[in-house]
Amino acid sequence: MDELKEVIKNYVTDEYLEPDSDPIDYDTPLISGGIVDSFSMVSLKRFLENKYHIQIPDDKATPEAFDSVNKIAELVREFVKD
Amino acid sequence: MAYSDEVRKLYQEQIRALQEAGILKEERFIHSSQAAEIEVEFPAGAPLKKVINMCANNYLGLSNQPEVIKAAHEGLDRRGFGLSSVRFICGTQDIHRQLEEKMTEFLGTEDTILFPSCMDANAGVFEAILTKEDVIISDRLVHASLIDGIRLCSAMNDSYKHSDMDHLEQKLQMYQDKRLRLVVTDGVFSMDGDCARLDRMVDLCEKYNAMLLVDDSHATGFIGKTGRGTHEKFGVMGKVDIITTTFGKALGGATGGCVSGRKEIVEMCRQKARPYLFSNTVAPVIIAGVLRVLEILSATTERRDKLEKNTDYWRRGLTEAGFILKEGDTPIVPIMLYNAKLAQDFSVALYDEGIYAIGFFFPVVPQGQARIRTQISAAHELHHLDKALEAFIKVGKKFDILHKTKQEIIDKYGM
Repeated sequence: MDELKEVIKNYVTDEYLEPDSDPIDYDTPLISGGIVDSFSMVSLKRFLENKYHIQIPDDKATPEAFDSVNKIAELVREFVKD
Repeated sequence: MAYSDEVRKLYQEQIRALQEAGILKEERFIHSSQAAEIEVEFPAGAPLKKVINMCANNYLGLSNQPEVIKAAHEGLDRRGFGLSSVRFICGTQDIHRQLEEKMTEFLGTEDTILFPSCMDANAGVFEAILTKEDVIISDRLVHASLIDGIRLCSAMNDSYKHSDMDHLEQKLQMYQDKRLRLVVTDGVFSMDGDCARLDRMVDLCEKYNAMLLVDDSHATGFIGKTGRGTHEKFGVMGKVDIITTTFGKALGGATGGCVSGRKEIVEMCRQKARPYLFSNTVAPVIIAGVLRVLEILSATTERRDKLEKNTDYWRRGLTEAGFILKEGDTPIVPIMLYNAKLAQDFSVALYDEGIYAIGFFFPVVPQGQARIRTQISAAHELHHLDKALEAFIKVGKKFDILHKTKQEIIDKYGM
């Protein structure tokens, strides 16, 4: 299991899903699927920046880059220094 | 030719797609003034039909009230039809400032500024008072006009789950590093008819040093013991920093709106709010009518009291008949049907029975949350409500949804 992806998936589930919503997987479209609206994307970005001590530039934080757990994990990995 | 056949075809296809999806909005032509009973031409060209109106924002029945009409006539005679100017050039009459003062008094705030509509008030207020150093934290179900206003502003924006105070608190904690925090909510949510928990919100805003903005369009005039709005209902008058509201609903239903609240915020709007600076002044006829409305509402609570009784009667009747309602105690009473087509068919069947009520479905409400939204008015008499109830029960039986659970309705009709 990929820990980063699980962290993102859990955050999205707690933050955006209603108790009776269908569960999401790593490929579920989040923004284009209407689960995360563009207003709410900002808190997800902030959560990731705080948790992983990174800065995601605004031009990288596009709706496309935030559209699934897999894509978000890919974006975060670009900035996390090993 | 710029408007080529290709461009025309592009739009025609988009309109056809709306039609095929069953979400093309068709307007019904009303041949009377707004009232509990109206004469409607629907579909276009059909003979006029007298129906009971169960979907107007005419909460206090003031849209065609004779005293208001008389005052509007007098305003027209004394101050003319239009001003042909924005407010700050040569568009401010004595009565404009008078209405601003009367609204301030009515809402219990520090100052008020008029806008052509509440949509304009919401479009202008955020940009006028916030910058990119600030954050706006809004309820996820706020009205579209607030969302548009927030989008026009350079401040960071975030949202909290509908009426979830723990979630709001988390967000307030998260943004303590910002210069200013502004929490935004509807007072009464227009689609569900529930109220924001303003007492809790005021406490949280005080604790985390945030300002609070409430759009009270579906509350001003009738929520609270003397109809001042949700801030009166929750005992926080004077503690809400910004109230935006409309004259287009309970306060006569014509047009116009305002931002009311802290003096400096109102002044910032006067200096910087673009919909205020760049649109025409509100016509004198409207101002004179609304001034009379405020006089009526300040003199007696008779209308809001009747509205409260009517609402209670209507909610009880529907519940006993076996409909599923959204819980609440406001005159917005949504009857849940879940399926979009069912909501539309139900509305058409009601019309056949002489009842005008509209189906709402995605994207106006979330997917799978289709409903008929009814709105009660002080203009309704009990015989109107009885007749409407009889029609709802008849149509409810026809579609076999009475005394059914949510799941049973979904199993039968789908989401």
